[in-house]
Amino acid sequence: MIAASYDPTELQTLPPLEQVWARLDLVMDPELDEPVTDMGFIEAVSITDLTNGHNASTVEVTFRLPTYWCSPNFAFLMAESIKREIEVLPWVGQAVVMLQDHMAAAEMNAAVNSGASFGSVFEDLHPGEDLSALREKFDVKAFQRRQEVVIKALVALGYTQAQLVDLRLADLEGVALPDPEDARQKGRYLTILKAKALANAPADLALPTYQGVPLTVDGFSVYMGLLRSVRINMEFSGSLCRGLKASRYKQADLSGEVPILVDFALSEMPVHIAG
Amino acid sequence: MYITPEGKEIFVVDGHTHFWDGSPENQANIHGKQFIECFYAYHSNLSPKEQLWEKSKFEKYSEADLYNDLFIDGPDDIAILNSTYLKEFYKDGFNTIERNHMVAKKYPNRFIVNGAFDPRDGTKALEYIHWMKETYDIKGVKMYTAEWNGSSKGWRLNDPAAYKCFELCDKLGIKNIHVHKGPTIIPLNKDAFDVHDVDYAATDFQNLNWIIEHCGLPRLDDFCWIATQETNVYAGLAVALPFIHTRPRYFAEVIAELLFWIGPEKILFGSDYAIWTPKWLVEKFWACQIPEDISAERVGIQLTDEIKEKILGLNAARLYNIDIAARKAEFAKQPVMIAAE
Repeated sequence: MIAASYDPTELQTLPPLEQVWARLDLVMDPELDEPVTDMGFIEAVSITDLTNGHNASTVEVTFRLPTYWCSPNFAFLMAESIKREIEVLPWVGQAVVMLQDHMAAAEMNAAVNSGASFGSVFEDLHPGEDLSALREKFDVKAFQRRQEVVIKALVALGYTQAQLVDLRLADLEGVALPDPEDARQKGRYLTILKAKALANAPADLALPTYQGVPLTVDGFSVYMGLLRSVRINMEFSGSLCRGLKASRYKQADLSGEVPILVDFALSEMPVHIAG
Repeated sequence: MYITPEGKEIFVVDGHTHFWDGSPENQANIHGKQFIECFYAYHSNLSPKEQLWEKSKFEKYSEADLYNDLFIDGPDDIAILNSTYLKEFYKDGFNTIERNHMVAKKYPNRFIVNGAFDPRDGTKALEYIHWMKETYDIKGVKMYTAEWNGSSKGWRLNDPAAYKCFELCDKLGIKNIHVHKGPTIIPLNKDAFDVHDVDYAATDFQNLNWIIEHCGLPRLDDFCWIATQETNVYAGLAVALPFIHTRPRYFAEVIAELLFWIGPEKILFGSDYAIWTPKWLVEKFWACQIPEDISAERVGIQLTDEIKEKILGLNAARLYNIDIAARKAEFAKQPVMIAAE
């Protein structure tokens, strides 16, 4: 992630399209805990009525997923988040989300853009499904995956189990992790830790379980086994999703010197550096 | 037969293969088109470059291709051909038992053909199980709990209608129940690929063997938990194994996790042909070692040659009562048949 801030007021200095892309960085694929922008799911962004000021513009975002069969409930969570994150921008009156090439695209687009609930539209596919419970489940996984990265990075720096179970928020905030991916995940871990009110004060334990229980040295290996299994599952989905998306749309290797059609298509989008 | 670089002969039972027709002529609708395209994306995404097929061949390959890729070019001794109907997507079905049986008949003793049924068909499902047993003497079935059927988008192994079918399987000696629990390839009720129903069914049907294809990924932890408790639950490696090429370290973590939890006797090799071919999978699997740090996290677990031999054939041979010595002698006399056409 490159934006220094995602705050709508601070984003105002950027061109509108870049503001939208910055907000899209905040939308995660819930199953993978990776931004939809990094996953390449966002196909195009367009803005209409840009000159009319506050709450006047319409932003249309098209996105597509690795397969025609991706779970409608996961897709719905992403579509809802896209709409919500963009509509935070003060100049946006309405965000319209268009999912493409999906078995449930028509129903999904109609539902999300009219504010209907998932359950009311997909009753026959997912009877009785409660998306808020699903969101919570994914939050747990995101927390655990980020935490595992942080713990493993600290172990590599020489932290003992006794030090880790007693690590405070201020300590963790002060540690510099040399690997950029570890550092990125540390930032994301701190975000979710605070958002879930699991640690706020500098002296609060930095590595509790998602349930707020402190770790112990005795239970440390078993707990790490749990985090590992969460990661193995998420990596399976993540790796498949990236690969299937690339295969499905034959995403071109853009390193070649001769421009091809996809170059022209991509040039209509703002330069957006993932990561 | 796989001959290791050291010259050892390894008997290979390929636990998961298909002989499908996903061609445009057979597609009934957009879903049929999207289904085979999704399979093709799996193929092109995880295969080594030199193993890639043209789309048209992938949609519909010949009996000769199947035989060659498994037994002549490939190391398989015996292949389990699973049936997957998908009649809502394909006019003549995707991969029916009749289609499998036609090719199996041509190459005696090479294939074990498994049936399939849909418990939501009620009495008809029971009649169909009887028919498959009488007509083809099946030893196993492949279950696809996320298959569409009318307005239903999935079912569970512990549904009462399913239990009636499994009771009948037990009675008729259809012992091996392969269950697709894996990545999403059909829109589903959230629970259709959830693995918890395996727990109930395996407990209630102790005489049956439950082979969970794709070892439940991406729900490996739930699967391991269940397979550790239930002695009759097995892990099929299809789809997990191809990661050995694109992400070998990741595959090592998965196999280490399986060995740690469920042990070497309950893991079955499967190529998932024609999504992948067995030759490169077996070669890479034989060469695979679990990296030291991954092993250290799991009390030093190793993927030894002895364990590999079990996974590649001995475990499946036990489930299907394959007399390895007899088959080896037979195949030695008649190593490969040249395809009739």
